[in-house]
Amino acid sequence: MSAIIDDTKARNAALIGEVLEVYPEKAAKKRARHLNVYEEGKPDCGVKSNIKSIPGVMTIRGCAYAGSKGVVWGPVKDLVHISHGPVGCGQYSWGTRRNYASGTGGVDNFTVMQVTSDFQEKDIVFGGDKKLDKVIDEINALFPLANGITIQSECPIGLIGDDIEAVAKKKAKEIGKTIVPVRCEGFRGVSQSLGHHIGNDCIRDWVLDKAQSTFEPGPYDVAIIGDYNIGGDAWSSRILLEEMGLRVIAQWSGDGTLKEMEKTPKARLNLLHCYRSMNYISRHMEEKYGIPWVEYNFFGPSKIAESLREIASHFDDTIKEGAERVIARYQAMTDAVIARYRPRLAGKKVMLYVGGLRPRHVVGAYEDLGMEVVGTGYEFGHGDDYQRTSHYVKDGTLIYDDVTSFELEHFVDKIRPDLVGSGVKEKYIFQKMGVPFRQMHSWDYSGPYHGYDGFAIFARDMDMAINSPVWGMTRAPWKK
Amino acid sequence: MTQNAERILDHNELFRQPEYRSLMEGKKAFEEAKPVAEVKRVEDWTKSWEYREINFKREALAINPAKACQPLGAVLCASGFEGTMPYVHGSQGCVAYFRSHFNRHFKEPCSAVSDSMTEDAAVFGGMNNIIEGLANTWSLYKPKMIAMSTTCMAEVIGDDLDSFIKNAKTKGSIPEDYHVPFAHTPSFVGSHVTGYDNMLKGILSHFWEGRERKPGEKVNIAGGFDGYCVGNTRELKRILGLMDVDYTLLSDPGDVFDTPADGQFRMYDGGTTLQATAEALDAKATFSLQGISTAKSLEYAASKGQEVVALNCPIGVTGTDAFLMELSRVTGKAIPDELELERGRLVDAITDSQAYLHGKKFALFGDPDMTLGLTAFLLELGAEPTHVVCTNATKEWTEKMGNLLAASPFGQGCKAWPGKDLWHLRSLAATEPVDFLIGSSYGKFLERDTGTPLVRVGFPIFDRHHHHRYPIWGYQGGLNVLVKILDKIFDVLDSDPKGTSFDAVR
Repeated sequence: MSAIIDDTKARNAALIGEVLEVYPEKAAKKRARHLNVYEEGKPDCGVKSNIKSIPGVMTIRGCAYAGSKGVVWGPVKDLVHISHGPVGCGQYSWGTRRNYASGTGGVDNFTVMQVTSDFQEKDIVFGGDKKLDKVIDEINALFPLANGITIQSECPIGLIGDDIEAVAKKKAKEIGKTIVPVRCEGFRGVSQSLGHHIGNDCIRDWVLDKAQSTFEPGPYDVAIIGDYNIGGDAWSSRILLEEMGLRVIAQWSGDGTLKEMEKTPKARLNLLHCYRSMNYISRHMEEKYGIPWVEYNFFGPSKIAESLREIASHFDDTIKEGAERVIARYQAMTDAVIARYRPRLAGKKVMLYVGGLRPRHVVGAYEDLGMEVVGTGYEFGHGDDYQRTSHYVKDGTLIYDDVTSFELEHFVDKIRPDLVGSGVKEKYIFQKMGVPFRQMHSWDYSGPYHGYDGFAIFARDMDMAINSPVWGMTRAPWKK
Repeated sequence: MTQNAERILDHNELFRQPEYRSLMEGKKAFEEAKPVAEVKRVEDWTKSWEYREINFKREALAINPAKACQPLGAVLCASGFEGTMPYVHGSQGCVAYFRSHFNRHFKEPCSAVSDSMTEDAAVFGGMNNIIEGLANTWSLYKPKMIAMSTTCMAEVIGDDLDSFIKNAKTKGSIPEDYHVPFAHTPSFVGSHVTGYDNMLKGILSHFWEGRERKPGEKVNIAGGFDGYCVGNTRELKRILGLMDVDYTLLSDPGDVFDTPADGQFRMYDGGTTLQATAEALDAKATFSLQGISTAKSLEYAASKGQEVVALNCPIGVTGTDAFLMELSRVTGKAIPDELELERGRLVDAITDSQAYLHGKKFALFGDPDMTLGLTAFLLELGAEPTHVVCTNATKEWTEKMGNLLAASPFGQGCKAWPGKDLWHLRSLAATEPVDFLIGSSYGKFLERDTGTPLVRVGFPIFDRHHHHRYPIWGYQGGLNVLVKILDKIFDVLDSDPKGTSFDAVR
């Protein structure tokens, strides 16, 4: 066994050498720090992270606007989110993330809309504050059921010296609703990650600090933090928490509302799924309101059961018994799912490259199906993510931080995994190479993948990706 | 318990199950959701004339605009040249968006690089990003050409591509004679079609300036920003082949967005060769299939002494007739019998189906040339375009659309809406209903909100597969669009199985 691992390590080290060779010297030196082979027992993955991407290499990362508008704020359904600046950013992020929300589109649910101040040259030259003022009035006239507005800054806002905070304060008074100015210009920081942080800070400053909720808290109140309800993930998570006896008072931010956010300082425990994007606000609520938080993982039955017990450990026996009841209740179904799919998937090798959570969080779900993750990395993870990753990955796993398209293509081409899980920009490259693929940001238009109900779909999807007959036809039969 | 290993429910069915219905109902208390009746009242009000008037008073706010920004177009244009890497100078998030936008439309890879400017570049300018970025792109992806455009960040701080690229060459990032055409593509001016035009002009001027023109017999054909470029460029090549015309396509992204799944990823494929691009200066004429969307490039070609022929998305009979006759006039080549036969077949198809089309009211939205082409086609089908929305309209569009509608009895009831968006169109469709809607996938929200069935023709098409593989230009393209419209009409007729009109024969 160890000989096999040694071979894998040697091959992976060689692959890293091969890609670095192609870079100019300066870039090779920089990239070398982001690539590594995981050594068992090490407290982290041995890579640098959250560092500026190198120009011209085809990073897969996005920007701070994507982190705030796309991730943190965009899913909040009772607020109208202005993409403040030129038309593009809002256009490209219009309805593409699959953060589901109930309600009537354009009436009391504003998630799948592209609302923009559509900057023209004169707005750049003379500033956009007056336009923003008017935009807010027009939104207020057209969407009476909106509970507020957020201003998602695009690059020019921070460069032309607009004072969106002043506009927000003035207009909030005028219209009597919450208005949140977010300085998430795309050039800030190195990835989506700073946009998460800025987005979190704005919740702190413009929502929680101003909230006056008369909400009556209960003994079993929890909030789901960092679940964006992709394909309905938050719903298939919430159902388990409710079944074990907890009362979910808020979802952050998938299918979420301003009103839920305002109630959250009264929760007994915050449940944090995506640590990367919402640890900031969780820490803040711990410091300011004394609400403890616990990270959990709802991918795959092993991690779900572990998480349910961990969550329950913060409550009394009613909840602890509730957790056991839920685990037992779903046992037969998950066993049947595993019995059906594990024989078709066991031993299959997976390479992942996702955002800030899933490169580690889904490992357990694959392992429940007998699959093995042989390479993983984050678009925008930080050091603490790579530390946490060390609890998930096996000795010899190839680690790649902020991977470039060139590197990932080379790694996949040489390793030839049975499945790659990454984003839409990668999907078609690998499918053409004959490598099965699933989008692991959007669940490839499927989902949910969270919770027991989601795991069944996850198992089915991985099976259909890998065992599709199409992979047998990649090469023409007359080609040797 | 909802799931069953033998029959696993997808999200659509899963969340219809009673336990999830009650979960969502229970959640409403924490949302402090408005009462159902109140939501319904407001929903109805958003479809009223009163709301329409408030909606049309908007001066600053855009809601669901049907346009994107310049560098998106620049990336598409650059992708259509041999071995070319689109390079966008500015923030990196933009490039992630452009790539995913094309991934979702074509269901294909899209290669483009950013030079990842951040705060320090905002202060000091992005020259170092270009010096380092060009060297890296060149080493990793070995393009034959790097075509540079800009994000709004680089434009706001006023980076000068020309001098930065020269500097990068001096510093040895790339060889002195290496091709790096460029275009400034500010996203706060125009739209994605403007960016395509600017990039095309940038590439042409890179190869044409300083070169002496020796007028020849070839013609240049520019497609402009075209979501159907895969199907359309192949159809164009077939038509030009049948006509025996010697031509150069000015940007041909048809192959790079339609590579095979044969075990190999092709970052580059097909495209207009660099040599042909240079020699295109000598062409007798430059045709544009989307004249409004390529206005600056055409103007540039004309300034070099070429004749220019601007068409507006030739969809259907008369549009294609005009294209072929102009081609014949300019090249002196006769229109072959085979194309005349195809024409006859399209006319035949229209005669077979016209009774289902006559007098049907349509609302449509899209890019300037696309809406002109589609409107012309609807008019020749005897359909009645009623609302035409073009968010990224130009003065020329408004004038041409006015003339087009005025010239046909079927266009009399139609109003053109330059600069309006899909939220305006929502009010139009709610207060002055039409039978069908034509536009991109984003029309599906209008379909849902107003109950108007959507025929998907436009960009982007995210929620249907492979449409871009079929041409919409030429007689064959007209046939494809005709069938799309007819299928929708018949599907709607058949959607009520208890209706009287459930005929076996139509």
